[in-house]
Amino acid sequence: MTRISLRVDGVRYDDDVEPRTLLVHHLREQLGKVGTVVGCDTSNCGACTVLMSGPDGKPVGVKSCTVLAVQADGRDITTIEGLSGPDNTLHPVQRSFHERHALQCGYCTPGMIMAAVDLLSENPDPTDTEIREGLEGNLCRCTGYQNIVRAVRDAASAIRSGGESAEPAPPTPEAVDAATPDGGLPPDRVPEEAVPHPVP
Amino acid sequence: MIPAAVDYSCPSTVEEAVQALGDEDAKVLAGGQSLIPMLRLRLAAPTLLVDLDRISDLRGVRSDGDHLVIGAMTTHAAVLGDPLVNQYAPLLAQATATVADRQVRHRGTLGGSLAHADPAGDLPAVVVALDASMEVAGPGGRREIAAADFFVDYFTPALEPGEVLVSVRVPKREGWSTHYEKFNRMAQGWALVGVAAAVRRDNGTIAEARIALTNMGSTPVRATAVESALTGADASLEAVRAAAAAAAEGTQPSGDLSASAEYRSHLARVLTERAIMAAVGQAHAA
Ligand SMILES: Cc1cc2nc3c(=O)[nH]c(=O)nc-3n(C[C@H](O)[C@H](O)[C@H](O)COP(=O)(O)OP(=O)(O)OC[C@H]3O[C@@H](n4cnc5c(N)ncnc54)[C@H](O)[C@@H]3O)c2cc1C
Ligand code: FES
Ligand code: FES
Repeated sequence: MTRISLRVDGVRYDDDVEPRTLLVHHLREQLGKVGTVVGCDTSNCGACTVLMSGPDGKPVGVKSCTVLAVQADGRDITTIEGLSGPDNTLHPVQRSFHERHALQCGYCTPGMIMAAVDLLSENPDPTDTEIREGLEGNLCRCTGYQNIVRAVRDAASAIRSGGESAEPAPPTPEAVDAATPDGGLPPDRVPEEAVPHPVP
Repeated sequence: MIPAAVDYSCPSTVEEAVQALGDEDAKVLAGGQSLIPMLRLRLAAPTLLVDLDRISDLRGVRSDGDHLVIGAMTTHAAVLGDPLVNQYAPLLAQATATVADRQVRHRGTLGGSLAHADPAGDLPAVVVALDASMEVAGPGGRREIAAADFFVDYFTPALEPGEVLVSVRVPKREGWSTHYEKFNRMAQGWALVGVAAAVRRDNGTIAEARIALTNMGSTPVRATAVESALTGADASLEAVRAAAAAAAEGTQPSGDLSASAEYRSHLARVLTERAIMAAVGQAHAA
């Protein structure tokens, strides 16, 4: 076991991990950050994309299935769960995915949105070609990509026209309490609509 | 899938890394963009991973007289954005831009790409074309290996057990024009064939050319027949096409699901012509 300390979505977590643990499994299984998904076994699909700070502190998109949790020691991670603000205000990229209907099954969406946030942090006014190339590490089996490109273009102009920040939202006060061993909110604070009910 | 159980160490100097690699079945971990997929599939199952991430000397690009020295742990993204690379070794930036995707380029390193010695990797051909050399540290001290001698066979670099690739020394090539031409069938795809071309012109004729091919054999290969045909030729399409016709000479491409050996030879000729014409065109613009 190796002791690691990560800051995930603004909250610090110290854990002992096996060196072979993939970052995505640590996020999902140890920290309860199940918004980040695994889509492939080949490092191709990008569904697991999160932002991780580099040695210079700058956050960049990485495939969390292709990073060991031990390699993330001391780094800042932002997952899809850390993008929206208090009161569930959506990040501009999340909102434009919603408005532009940039998802169908939604499986690729967490990674697609994080990759788009990463792209816009470097290129705030990408052409359609730059959007397509910027997202080439993310596969979508449903949408045919057209609406994804539109959504990223819209989000870029919303961010550029001001008033909206491309930065992930700061953690909510609840987030700190939520740093329980399995992550998530304490059971008595989980909103009713978030509890899955079996289909009758 | 989940990798097999493994120990982990994260040394802070090259000497400590070399010492840790004394352990039999230890393996260097750089960006992990080739190694972690192999660990996950259990195609590799070392007992110890020696992570070079904390050795800050291994990161970054500096100028040393008529050479650039690029640390082995410099990521693809850092190479792409580096002003010295763009000024003195644009071929490396051109090829690095075609490697994988943004996420992989944020983690994967130049040293890892070279030490991995994948015949389909884009950067081995570039260091061969640029006549770079590798600085290596091992139990017996440091030594330098010419790029032409570094790639021994499929996935086999000329590293002895316990050796770490420390940096890549690239001659500054001022007055050369360059281009990397890659053919692949899909986004983030590996090269079916790639061509790294560097050309120096003198009054409209080609004075010197260095051409190396990706994925035309178990290691990157110099297209020496093309290089000599180009020397002294004018930079016209006809002359370049005639020279590029020899691109597949002496190569031993493999055939696989994506391309037969004959098709790869055809691609080598076509892409060599394109690479040289693009390099020459770029010189016009400059
Ligand atoms: C989806 C995907 C697409 C890709 N597409 C391309 C592509 O189109 N073109 C391309 O060229 N590459 C491609 N790659 C590979 C990528 O370039 C990797 O970054 C590179 O092959 C390995 O670099 P790394 O730093 O991640 O090394 P690692 O994966 O950490 O290591 C690779 C190997 O090299 C050894 N090693 C690493 N560094 C050193 C060192 N300093 N000294 C001694 N040994 C060392 C390791 O022990 C290991 O055996 C792709 C990868 C992925 C996941
Ligand atoms: S799960 Fe597909 S790239 Fe990570
Ligand atoms: S919406 Fe289904 S994979 Fe993209």
